[in-house]
Amino acid sequence: MFENLSSRLQQVVKTLRGHARLTEDNIADAMREVRMALLEADVALPVVKEFIGQVKERAQGREVLQSLTPGQAVIQVVHEELTKLMGQQNSGLNLSTTPPAIILMAGLQGSGKTTTSAKLARLLKADKKKVLLASADVYRPAAIEQLKTLAKSLEVDCFDSNATQKPSDIAIQALDFAKRHFYDVLIFDTAGRLGIDEAMMAEIKQLHEYLQPIETLFVVDAMQGQDAVNTARAFGETLPLTGVVLTKLDGDARGGAALSVRHVTGKPIKFIGVSEKVDGIELFHPERMASRVLGMGDVLSLIEQAQKNVDLDEARKLADKVKSGKGFDLEDFKAQMQQMRKMGGMGALMDKMPAQVAGMAGQMNGEAGDKAMRRIEGIINSMTPLERRKPELIKATRKRRIAAGAGVQVQEVNRLLNQFEEVQKMMKMFSKGGMGKMMRAMQGRFPGMR
Amino acid sequence: MFDFFKKDKTPPAPAVELEKAAPVQPQVPTQDKPTLSWTERLKRGLAKTRSQLGNQLASLFGGGKIDEDVYEELETILLTSDVGIAATLALLEQIRTRVRRQNLNDTTQLREALKQSLLELLAPLEKPLDTSTGQPFVIMLAGVNGAGKTTTIGKLANLFQAQGKSVLIAAGDTFRAAAREQLQAWGERNNVHVVAQESGDPAAVIFDAVNSARARGIDIVLADTAGRLPTQLNLMEEIRKVQRVIDKALPGAPHEVLLVLDANTGQNAVTQVKAFDDALKVTGLVLSKLDGTAKGGVIAAIAQSRPIPIRYIGVGESIDDLRQFKASEFIDALFE
Repeated sequence: MFENLSSRLQQVVKTLRGHARLTEDNIADAMREVRMALLEADVALPVVKEFIGQVKERAQGREVLQSLTPGQAVIQVVHEELTKLMGQQNSGLNLSTTPPAIILMAGLQGSGKTTTSAKLARLLKADKKKVLLASADVYRPAAIEQLKTLAKSLEVDCFDSNATQKPSDIAIQALDFAKRHFYDVLIFDTAGRLGIDEAMMAEIKQLHEYLQPIETLFVVDAMQGQDAVNTARAFGETLPLTGVVLTKLDGDARGGAALSVRHVTGKPIKFIGVSEKVDGIELFHPERMASRVLGMGDVLSLIEQAQKNVDLDEARKLADKVKSGKGFDLEDFKAQMQQMRKMGGMGALMDKMPAQVAGMAGQMNGEAGDKAMRRIEGIINSMTPLERRKPELIKATRKRRIAAGAGVQVQEVNRLLNQFEEVQKMMKMFSKGGMGKMMRAMQGRFPGMR
Repeated sequence: MFDFFKKDKTPPAPAVELEKAAPVQPQVPTQDKPTLSWTERLKRGLAKTRSQLGNQLASLFGGGKIDEDVYEELETILLTSDVGIAATLALLEQIRTRVRRQNLNDTTQLREALKQSLLELLAPLEKPLDTSTGQPFVIMLAGVNGAGKTTTIGKLANLFQAQGKSVLIAAGDTFRAAAREQLQAWGERNNVHVVAQESGDPAAVIFDAVNSARARGIDIVLADTAGRLPTQLNLMEEIRKVQRVIDKALPGAPHEVLLVLDANTGQNAVTQVKAFDDALKVTGLVLSKLDGTAKGGVIAAIAQSRPIPIRYIGVGESIDDLRQFKASEFIDALFE
């Protein structure tokens, strides 16, 4: 029914924009929408109530009412409050202590502690730190095995504990081992536990006393519901938490739990998990997240992602060709599409674009777009190198051969050739007229865009 | 502003502690404690749910006039139990109608009305799993990362064995580190054969397992799969392939596609059900980790948007803490 938090809020924003003057009524309407959207995004009710209260108060204040564009001003307030709720600028891990700096992981079952431990180890290793992983999860079968396997794949050392030991013994021994072997960092993974499980909570409290960690990270599943407040409170009361890691943000949950946990513990969200692979961890940026929630786009993340994934030389070569409008052939067309796919495909790209751009792309369906791109790649792969360089060579017989090779209809080959011709034209336009002209021309000429 | 959370801290739910003492002894599955009746167990598992929802309701249904404040309070309770906006509004509407029609005027009667509405919503989901329609009966498990698939498989194996059926487990999670070892450990404890391969293709592992089960005349095959988020389209494609390959090994299989949901999940559970159902045609749900503070209210949201039978619920950490879902008992336990 409701797409997600950003589309809901965008809707609100749209209606607000339409009003030249704000009345108490339409503010109340808007706030009800915001409330529903936040609840639908699993932000805990008490947090929602407080948030709405604050926004409302400011929205009725003078700064908004006297503004020339009160609708905009309200959005500004929502954005500011949302950023405030998500926490201030993120400082990353604090490791400034006598080594080994100890990081203790805590959280519910299945929240992603072990995976996150490995991801952190990888980050720190890249920072030239000597890292030791240790697991005290003696309850879940093969949990220690899991951490050992991950450590091995990362080429990070893992303390050799086993399921017959007591967690407290593991803590003492691992700490001793880390000291004797001059490790910079000890990442200590623990078993998942429920906040109401008093025996288990006592256990982790004891572990904390033994280890005296400089960082105690609370790992939270981004999909968690209303109960996030209770869990966070239970852990926050037992342990002096220093930060939160939000996992599984690559799913489509809007991560309302982040707001709840942050609100209850008052601790910064330090990292977010964005993939199940070991490199899937990012620093948390509150203002970016707030922007994304509000549909203002996460362009910064997009740029970072592009830098990480795109082969720069390749990109430069392509850009030159585009600029000159000459020599852009099907091979380049394919390369361009492959780069797009490397960045997570159309869907992922559009997710990070500002709402206006995503809206302009129209009813673009990310999934269908990706599929179309793969088909096009298949067709191009069925061409000879000469044909790719000189598409004008492709006439009826060649078309039939290509279609058979790619397993598509001849019509699709035709469509691709037409599309390519359009793109070529666009490139020429671009070299003459610049971006604006190109954007106008682009509509309807990309696979998946209609 | 958190006052209604504070309220339920006063009763410290002693029953829960009892049960929790068990998993502290490492590696010992705790079947040695006396078997309690199902209702007892569910009640204990749901103790926290009850103290959360129940206490609020008790104070709410304590008698008095039904007015707008009562409805608003009711809405708050349902929302904080993860019931979700749509289901909450629908339930409230129903209760209002009931109140009007039956001329209810006391809040104590409101309790029955709410119970009745919840029952109407949840009763259709109460359809136990019938494993007699296939030989071997192949059950494929799916779910997001960390939902509890592998643990649920262990519990299911135990359950079917207790019914005198032979069970075989296919370690289809070839992605996560040590997922295979986790299952093998479960298999050893339960004396169940686990089919696993060094690495490779999940479809191939399960294909082998199904063939091996046919050859040995095994009754039930439990096929594990790696956790995946519905947004990972390639992985959703992969699991569809697994399903197709199982059908090749044994036409008509998998007979049951179980989606495991973490009871802690919020409204995303609804999205998960839809996505997995669209990809696989899910035939049953398992709600895991219902022994925490999570209220499982998301069941109501699911019942409304995609009514798929809930086969089992997990109400504790020990191996026999997986039970059949019974709507009335579930609701009764909530209102205890």
